Amino acid sequence: MEVQKTALYNYHKSLGAKFVPFAGYEMPIQYSDGIVKEHISTRTFAGFFDVSHMGQFFLEGDQTLDKALEEIIPADLNSLKINQSKYSFLLNDNGGIIDDLIITRIDKGFCIILNAACKVNDIKQISKHLSSEHKHYLNSDLSLIALQGPKAVEILEKLIPNVSILKFMNGNNFKFNGSKIYITRSGYTGEDGFEISIPNNKVEILIKLLVNNKVKPIGLGARDTLRLEAGLCLYGHDLNEEINPIEANLKWAIAKKRREKGGFNGWKKIKNYLDNGCSKIRVGILPEGRVIAREGVKIFSAEDKEIGKITSGTFGPSINASVAMGYINYDASGIGNKIKLEVRGKKYDAKISTLPFYKKSYVK
Amino acid sequence: MSEKKFSKKHEWVELNGDVATVGITKHATEMLGDIVFVEVPESGKFIDKDGQAAVVESTKAASDVYSPISGEVTEGNKLIVETPESVNSDPEGVSWFFKIKVKDYSDLDTLMSKAEYDKFVEENAS
Repeated sequence: MEVQKTALYNYHKSLGAKFVPFAGYEMPIQYSDGIVKEHISTRTFAGFFDVSHMGQFFLEGDQTLDKALEEIIPADLNSLKINQSKYSFLLNDNGGIIDDLIITRIDKGFCIILNAACKVNDIKQISKHLSSEHKHYLNSDLSLIALQGPKAVEILEKLIPNVSILKFMNGNNFKFNGSKIYITRSGYTGEDGFEISIPNNKVEILIKLLVNNKVKPIGLGARDTLRLEAGLCLYGHDLNEEINPIEANLKWAIAKKRREKGGFNGWKKIKNYLDNGCSKIRVGILPEGRVIAREGVKIFSAEDKEIGKITSGTFGPSINASVAMGYINYDASGIGNKIKLEVRGKKYDAKISTLPFYKKSYVK
Repeated sequence: MSEKKFSKKHEWVELNGDVATVGITKHATEMLGDIVFVEVPESGKFIDKDGQAAVVESTKAASDVYSPISGEVTEGNKLIVETPESVNSDPEGVSWFFKIKVKDYSDLDTLMSKAEYDKFVEENAS
């Protein structure tokens, strides 16, 4: 497969980006500031992220489309208002997570933001539930930019009047440089911010304006430390087809009505987990000291019994501590419970922590 | 104190009497990015030439630090364990990794001068 580049590739280069191959794309891992500074810039001012590698999947249809999508997505789409977004997933027949996503109701139907590495398979899986009446297409003429941080709203309001009216997980159409663009108030960093869907031929104009307003470019490296501090899952690491939303501690993302009434892939299994509990669950983990527990690190009980595995781990610059997430036996998952992590053959003390590690309030 | 000598694995060595101070180069820190965790050897530990001696971890990944010379460790640098980010700011000064009592001085002959190392880095830059 040929390596793909986003519309901003050359501009990233001019900003000092170091690129890595990611899900078939050449993406910036960091810029000249480096991961820690980029992380802090996002938490204290504002940063932009090129997430154009993610799929922007559009669906059009009548109410039968709601029904069709509800077979594979456990959100309450029927109650989803126009311009409202929800975090949800695609589920397989076992209730395993095919992908996690953000779905927004727009004119004529829905827009779903899909992970880059999963988007081709996702569309195949979604299509199985659609009828010939339902139109669908992946729009690669659009870029996707996340603008995140406490100053995001003030800066974007200057460039695009009235975006500050948007509430968290709500979107709308706006005008920019003669083009129609769609903005949602959302993100994946634990900060207030926006995701901006904008034509490829206009994205560089917008980014240059952001940079003129001192917004920093942020690479995939800091995106990972930011989302992990915020306790958010990364597909392919913390989530996969073998894990269901209950084990992933994402019960809240399945609408209550849908938990009870079902009618989606894997519901029986999920209902069983809801009623009887599951044997393992995703937790936050705080290692003592500074040791970093990365993906694959084994978790042991105080009595040296192997009880789980780390799925994400890094150093959290905003809390100045090592942070991790992983799956452990349900019995050992109590907050504050002492565990051990095996890193390079040595065992280090750690404890189960609440999530998120870093908390900021969203604008509601 | 002698002039610094350099290894192909991006460590530096500085001899002072029969004890050598070992650290990682500025170039190494630039490749690693932000350093967030360091583990140094305890004094009394014997390390063979090119043996694994310390661990340095950046936001991106963990890497081993090797000892360019054989000998017994006399001290690990506590400063960098407590403030790993100091390795980024002064890798070839206060942020050395460990001190080692030299066993075989010929180990030092296999290392590069500053000029040779700079050339080596330039030639291996991608």
